[in-house]
Amino acid sequence: MIKVEGLTKRYARHVAVDGISFEVEKGQIVGFLGPNGAGKTTTMRVLTCFLPPTGGSANVAGFDVVEQPMEVKRRIGYLPETPPLYPDMEVGEYLDFVGRLKGIPSANLAARIDEVAERCAVGDVKNKLIAKLSKGYRQRVGLAQAIIHNPDVLILDEPTSGLDPQQIIETRDLIKSLAGDHTIILSTHILPEVEQICERVIIIARGKLVATDSVANLTSRLRGSETVSVEVTGAGADAAGVQKKLEAIAGVSRVSHKDGRDGHDGLLSFIVESQEGQHIRPQLARAIVESGWNLNELHAVGLSLEEIFLELTGAPKQDVISAHATTISTSVSEAESAASDDATTGHAGGEK
Amino acid sequence: MSNTITIWRKELQSYFRSPIAYGVMAFFALITGYFFYVGVVYFVRASVQSSMMGQSQPMSVNESVIRPLLGNVSVIGLFLIPMITMRLFAEEKRSGTIELLVTSPIKDLAIIMGKWLAALTLYAAMLGLSLISMVTLFFYGKPDVRPMVAGYLGLLLLGGALLSIGTFISTLTKNQIVAGVAGFSVCLMLWVLDWMSSFQDSVSGKILSYLSVLQHFDSFSKGVIDSRDVIYYLSAIFIGLFLTARSLESMRWRA
Repeated sequence: MIKVEGLTKRYARHVAVDGISFEVEKGQIVGFLGPNGAGKTTTMRVLTCFLPPTGGSANVAGFDVVEQPMEVKRRIGYLPETPPLYPDMEVGEYLDFVGRLKGIPSANLAARIDEVAERCAVGDVKNKLIAKLSKGYRQRVGLAQAIIHNPDVLILDEPTSGLDPQQIIETRDLIKSLAGDHTIILSTHILPEVEQICERVIIIARGKLVATDSVANLTSRLRGSETVSVEVTGAGADAAGVQKKLEAIAGVSRVSHKDGRDGHDGLLSFIVESQEGQHIRPQLARAIVESGWNLNELHAVGLSLEEIFLELTGAPKQDVISAHATTISTSVSEAESAASDDATTGHAGGEK
Repeated sequence: MSNTITIWRKELQSYFRSPIAYGVMAFFALITGYFFYVGVVYFVRASVQSSMMGQSQPMSVNESVIRPLLGNVSVIGLFLIPMITMRLFAEEKRSGTIELLVTSPIKDLAIIMGKWLAALTLYAAMLGLSLISMVTLFFYGKPDVRPMVAGYLGLLLLGGALLSIGTFISTLTKNQIVAGVAGFSVCLMLWVLDWMSSFQDSVSGKILSYLSVLQHFDSFSKGVIDSRDVIYYLSAIFIGLFLTARSLESMRWRA
């Protein structure tokens, strides 16, 4: 559906996108992931024919963005980072205006407006001025605007930025529900978002393509060994002793004691890494129990997208950790991470 | 064509939803009304005086009231036109809605024409207000209609030319105020050029007076439609809109 080959966009002073190639198949949701300034928005602007590429080619639904921009524009719905709204219009009027711009025949227009308004849950504000809408509603009106002409391809630039957690969940659900009918590219710098919505992820950093794969593949590709977090209590359990015991188990490559997490009631906590391809959890549990200690907790620490991201982009650790901190505060609500089972993956990056 | 109408309708709506349209029209009505009143009072006094002195030659309403009024209207236009055009593209660029327009399957020309025609419509509506004063003249006298028609045609052409220049200036910045001030400066320059027409003996004086937008309006206000003046205004409109198109295009590769 989308085919990008050697795409380059050069500005007067710097190269924003440097020879990116990727393909997106019909009906996929693809996450476009990268730190701020990586070239996500520029790539999207080339795909929507807003900017011409300096080099390479981009093809949407079989049409080249340079040769046949009108055909491409007809098939693309685009939601820029700030929704392109006119505050002095009512929602219904705005959708009517966009519908006409996108060339929907006026006979079908009213029905189509009702349809997208319902789909994006903005039907109840149809007669309200856009200036009076909350940020979440504006984002949804922006989405309604993008899908009004039923485009083959949807391009969403940071669709959840600046929303509150409840609105983020709603917007994500809405995007997921659109997946069947449209091919979707969405950009984000919020990693859990990609894990939740996207089937595939394209990672770019400093204008270059770093990785493109399915989310599951990326995770397993980078996880050769197993990492397990263990918490032990009990009489006679001292850090050095337990550590020694764990290190003696076959298949364990490294045991580290995490002082910072020890509780006051004699709780000891360790991170155990296995050798490549070894499953060590049963042995760990048995060894601890047989030593007469209590096994309080034992769980596998998945490699989160944050870590993959770190590994691939080679960004300084500090950056990603602070980026992660903002991720937590702006996007992943406490409620959300508590509700999801793999809450640990979300937090792992912060703890390390 | 239908895309042009879509843009035109949206622009007009937005004019009449903000205070701009009302402010501009109210100011225009007030100031032209004042000029009209002063002109008529002066005319009445002068004609009473001349009849008391026994001069048999009647004075012409066209020459003494309408022509100066049209001249004044053309100068007022210079000051109000930047206010009409300043937001056209600057506002879209600031709020990011330009991305919506440019990524929609419509031609740049439709966007530009829609916006310019909307500005022209507002300007024409503004001129329409001054017709109210003109109409009252018909109740008390017999002014000649033809010079008035020529005069209003000239005002439309003059306005169209300045509006196209203002539209162009509005594509250059994200800031409405900057667009307004720059547009105003350009209009002011064009007005000042007109003063050069008094030194018409030198070559540079001739060139400057040819470039002056007001100079070309003179014959219209006399009731003469000269093809040279019409061509001057039409080419000014064309140049303004052409520059707008170029500027809109360059925005993409400069970004």
